[in-house]
Amino acid sequence: MTELHAGLYHYDEIDRRFLAERVEQFRRQVERRISGELSEAEFRPLRLMNGLYLQLHAYMLRVAVPYGVLSATQLRRLAAIGRKYDRGYGHFTTRQNLQFNWIRLVDVPAILDELAAVDMHAIQTSGNCIRNVTTDQFAGAAADELVDPRVYAEILRQWSTLHPEFSFLPRKFKIAITGSPHDRAAIAIHDVGIRARALAAGAVGFDIFVGGGLGRAPYLAKALREGLPEADLLAYLEAVLRIYNQYGRRDNIYKARIKILVHEVGITRLREQIDAEFERIRGPKYRLDPEIVAVIRGHFAPPPFETLPPEPPADAAAPAGDPGFARWVRTNVTPHRQPGYAVVTITLKPAGGIPGDASSEQMEAVADLAERFSFGELRVSHEQNLVLAHVRRDELPLLWQELGRHGLDSANAGLIGDIIACPGLDYCSLANARSIPLAQQISQRFADPERQHAIGELKIKMSGCINACGHHHVGHIGVLGVDKHGVETYQITVGGSATEDAAMGVVVGPAVGYDEVTDKIERLVAAYLDWRLEGERFIDTVARLGAKTFRERVYGPAA
Amino acid sequence: MARLADGLKVVTANRLDSGGAVWFGADDGWQPTIAAAAVFEGAGAESALARAREAALRSGVIEPYLIEVALAESGPRPRSPREQIRSHGPSVRTDLGIQAGQQP
Amino acid sequence: MALLLKDGAVADNPWITIADGAADPLPDGPVIVGLAEWRRDRAALSARNTPLGVRLKSSERADEIAADLDRFTLVALEFPVFRDGRPFSTARELREHYGFRGEIRALGHVLADQYQFLVRTGFTSVEVADGAALVNWRHALSEITVAYQPGAIDESPLSSLRRRVATPGSQPA
Repeated sequence: MTELHAGLYHYDEIDRRFLAERVEQFRRQVERRISGELSEAEFRPLRLMNGLYLQLHAYMLRVAVPYGVLSATQLRRLAAIGRKYDRGYGHFTTRQNLQFNWIRLVDVPAILDELAAVDMHAIQTSGNCIRNVTTDQFAGAAADELVDPRVYAEILRQWSTLHPEFSFLPRKFKIAITGSPHDRAAIAIHDVGIRARALAAGAVGFDIFVGGGLGRAPYLAKALREGLPEADLLAYLEAVLRIYNQYGRRDNIYKARIKILVHEVGITRLREQIDAEFERIRGPKYRLDPEIVAVIRGHFAPPPFETLPPEPPADAAAPAGDPGFARWVRTNVTPHRQPGYAVVTITLKPAGGIPGDASSEQMEAVADLAERFSFGELRVSHEQNLVLAHVRRDELPLLWQELGRHGLDSANAGLIGDIIACPGLDYCSLANARSIPLAQQISQRFADPERQHAIGELKIKMSGCINACGHHHVGHIGVLGVDKHGVETYQITVGGSATEDAAMGVVVGPAVGYDEVTDKIERLVAAYLDWRLEGERFIDTVARLGAKTFRERVYGPAA
Repeated sequence: MARLADGLKVVTANRLDSGGAVWFGADDGWQPTIAAAAVFEGAGAESALARAREAALRSGVIEPYLIEVALAESGPRPRSPREQIRSHGPSVRTDLGIQAGQQP
Repeated sequence: MALLLKDGAVADNPWITIADGAADPLPDGPVIVGLAEWRRDRAALSARNTPLGVRLKSSERADEIAADLDRFTLVALEFPVFRDGRPFSTARELREHYGFRGEIRALGHVLADQYQFLVRTGFTSVEVADGAALVNWRHALSEITVAYQPGAIDESPLSSLRRRVATPGSQPA
């Protein structure tokens, strides 16, 4: 029932039986909660393991989008659920999932039924368990890819699903995997980050990193194991999770992630423990059979590309006289490994819009476009945008026009208007400050597309609290909202990066009030434009000159 | 939770079935808007919370707690931005939530 | 307290649990002692001719009793709160690394919703609180019939990574 050529895992009767059983299990848990048999304290972890949060206005349901891939049919179903059970829109998150904000607990069993009908669910999108394994939104398409990470993301998704030993961890556990040396999956800020590559003799292997994470104590992941053979992937991760399950702190939720274990024990000692456990576990039981990998890989076979002539360089492909199209190609179109094809990013960041939100109508429009232009397949990126991964270059102008009809043609991927923002205090009960309206204000201030293009790549990431769901630590410009005596106050950082040259941003100066943030960002941009050398992006100029140099321009001379 | 200052308070909670915010009213029932919340002070607030907890168990409401308010023309107004937003709806979608006359 | 076995049947409990720091002489019959007590009184406990059980807190690991496993008929693993998932790892290690074949019992605060996880990590019995709805516990064992990863018990393979979870009344693995 899902599209034949869409590059996602196609369920069989066994998977569907599992999903049906899981839905039925949750239905009973809801009934036992409503009847009072389960207390809230007992029910809470169970509902979290089905992605259901209680937030400011209602329950929020976080639907899993495994490694960010969706079929057109699935996206249409999400649109329909949004219309029927929510308020006609959804929010794409920084972990490639989709959130509905106005859900009633009593509707959730029915919603899960409707999701299951298209092989979707909300399993383990919350709770102290292994969460959605995320990956590169250009997987299987990007020209610079060495290994398709979706294959292993799917293997890890299955392995981690209702894992009997690892469903009650000290805290949540997030895994990301990249198959390209250019890391679009932000592996450095995950509990486990995996870089898939070719080992000697062309076999697939993995570099494993551990202990990345943001929040109160941000850390970049450290190298744990290099060149792990494919067959050892599950055994090694079992070892990592077992050590974490046993030794991760349970006395303090703010110190319970594996990054704290790495910090407290030290990577050398931790590696010894994990390697020792791995040697104990390693054996036929946990061996990842190449036959199984081949079966899973078969689900991600390239779609039936046409044989097309190799394309001219991107800029030269712009139809004469349309600067809007040229701008869009420059930012939103990425080279594809298949001649004649391209990867298209649909940013959900219109000027003044709510970052990452899409109405049910827009979702249906994108589903139609995915069907028409990209073999029925689309992806969600951790930057809260959508991707059509396999578009014929000669169809780009038509696609662009269609996107324009639905307000989805913003030519700002990776530019200052492409802001990543968490829902913040407008929705989230953890937040201390609002993030969305500030993002709207900033994107409105920089709405002019020519201006955005003149500035170039500049990733602003905004969080409404220290939990950092907006990944502010790794924004080129990061904005963190805090509550200072009941007043929304914002700390601005520069120099963060979530790619293969990952770095944490550095504070530029004292925190400022809501009304001053956009101005400060203007000053940062103005300073950059003054100081930049030929070809330097904002992040490069910051690296060259340092955050302190920017401080004076932004805040005025020190007293 | 930080000790709340002495002053005016109301009790609030969430409905189990819908997750919607509710406030403890004058008749010890649960109201869908803060305007209808009963306002308490000092020891009265603590005993209201105790009554609210009892009422919650019986009426499908979860985990009541006290919040600080000031009195405005429209009724009690929360002191914290979080509770202000919670009692209205998202500031970025004024067409949604309590401010738009909607309940989840 | 009811004692449930891994197939959902209710069983009699012949074991007497000895609290930490209990001063009275041990009763006759099978007893479960805490780890500290075992360490303190190894010789005397070993000399008894009734089955012996040891009880581990969630912070106590399998390797702490690994060398003595042949003395124990039963290992009891405590869940101080159901969210503390360490006993799942301990049970698994007892089965898979140390080859323990005796009874592994879950006690403390466990939910029926964890029953299948308990069985799949090698537990063979669960102490369930008085007043617990046993119907939920029995139902829990058949809720999910597909597993996506190896457990500590043998399960018949389905295709690819999947396995068939044994449920009461189904074919043995």
